Amino acid sequence: MGRAGAYAGAAVGGLTAMTATVDTAALTAWLQEFAREISAGKDLLTRLDSAIGDADHGVNMDRGMTAVLAATRDETPATPAELLKRTGMTLVSRVGGASGPLYGTAFLRMATAAGDAGSLDARGFAKVLRAGLDGVVARGKAEAGDKTMYDALAPAVDALDAALDAGQGLDEALRAAVRAAEEGRDATTAMIARKGRASYLGERSAGHQDPGATSVTMLMTAAATALPGEA
Amino acid sequence: MNKLINDPANVVSDALRGIAAAHPELHVDHENQIVRRGDAPVRGKVGLVSGGGSGHEPLHAGFVGPGMLDAACAGEVFTSPVPDQIVAATTAVDGGAGVLHVVKNYTGDVMNFEMAAELAEAETGVAVVAVVTDDDVAVQDSLYTAGRRGVGVTVLLEKIAGAAADQGRPLAEVADVARRVNANGRSMGVALTSCTVPAAGKPTFDLPDGQMELGIGIHGEPGRRRVPAAPAAEIAEMLLTPILADLDFTGGSGVIAFVNGMGATPQLELYLMYHEVAEILGKAGITVARSLVGSYITSLDMAGCSVTLLRADDDILRLWDAPVRTPALRWGA
Repeated sequence: MGRAGAYAGAAVGGLTAMTATVDTAALTAWLQEFAREISAGKDLLTRLDSAIGDADHGVNMDRGMTAVLAATRDETPATPAELLKRTGMTLVSRVGGASGPLYGTAFLRMATAAGDAGSLDARGFAKVLRAGLDGVVARGKAEAGDKTMYDALAPAVDALDAALDAGQGLDEALRAAVRAAEEGRDATTAMIARKGRASYLGERSAGHQDPGATSVTMLMTAAATALPGEA
Repeated sequence: MNKLINDPANVVSDALRGIAAAHPELHVDHENQIVRRGDAPVRGKVGLVSGGGSGHEPLHAGFVGPGMLDAACAGEVFTSPVPDQIVAATTAVDGGAGVLHVVKNYTGDVMNFEMAAELAEAETGVAVVAVVTDDDVAVQDSLYTAGRRGVGVTVLLEKIAGAAADQGRPLAEVADVARRVNANGRSMGVALTSCTVPAAGKPTFDLPDGQMELGIGIHGEPGRRRVPAAPAAEIAEMLLTPILADLDFTGGSGVIAFVNGMGATPQLELYLMYHEVAEILGKAGITVARSLVGSYITSLDMAGCSVTLLRADDDILRLWDAPVRTPALRWGA
């Protein structure tokens, strides 16, 4: 984890202008922070998944993110796209279940959206994140209210855009995105699942927070923690 | 949790080592967690690949062999396999006639097999057709669910489509047979206990004595309803009533009746259940053409059972009777 600090420091140190620079090192710090959140929240995710799914979301995501850290540690990717692609491929190859294709597709779409840029500004990062959301929709065919990761991710991406439109810096905008994700996550508790294994429970799925919406909130929290703000 | 394991993280790979040791006629690819026929690919024969989460044994690795599957992909416990595994299995068994994927209708399985089929076709040009099983009448098939789960009919389909492939039928025809089996099969299950996922270390749900979960799948998820425990004769009614309401099983060539144990229910109770099922079918004017009783698609150490009825035609019965030689299903060969 000392390395995460070094990366984050390098990213912040690299700032020269008034705009945030999300480069490969900053994105690596984001993924490391996400891995830490997943690892710390593994039991919570598994407990949530036992109630309405099959009790493996925490274990699967932890296995996937551990593999992502290993895959990006030894050979540092040169561009954001390369890092995001390697992350997506690793998640598809290691996670399984529904989370593997969904998170994997999200990161692969993010990679495509990042293009060959060496670093992203705040707008660029928001665009990349929205491409990830579109990937989740394309792969999982989820809609609002289905009680899935979409219910936290979609409002977070919308809030990020809205905050940037209102002239906020990336750090402030990411905090708004986290709040929106948390609200979206909390709103899944009352929902009746229409996708995934939870949908088999019908009305019995109500009263339980969705594990996917919970892990995707961790992804946003990790972004707010690890990505640089304005100088 | 008292289990015969070393480390919860290695349950699947340790079990695959056992399969390799016990069945030298099979080939186990430990890196990809694939079990395949030792003589695969069989030239000119459609390859059959299935897979899913582990914990449902003998499904699927126990059904690999002549007359049934060419390869099985073992995911982590109750977690679908990943596309890389499925692609590796698909290319390993392609004998030039294409490959049929047998997929149970669970969100994760469907997505991973979809990605794998796209990759296999793009990278190697193998023709892949997927057939998804969705025979569980406990789940309403509507816009508001992920659709019916694939459960017991998967076992019957793998046997019957496997025989069709063995006869040298082309991919489109093997897929037709598989779809016909799925369209004519219905299942319903009951849990008397939860199962314990090794990595979780404790039962997935609490089920007090005197209660049972009706309308379960195969992943230790709770059922559609919790109801008071009942005698076997009443349980048989509860399982068969929704099945018989969903499809007309009278006439034709009769049915294949399958009473399946969920992992921890002894054969004694399964035969007792079979008797109750046969009684009800007799009264309903349904002819049982073939039967299968045993634990073939399980949910780890869950107690309980499922009932599957398959409305058969003469072709399906001939394919069912055809020789099969696998670790868990074997006759006529």
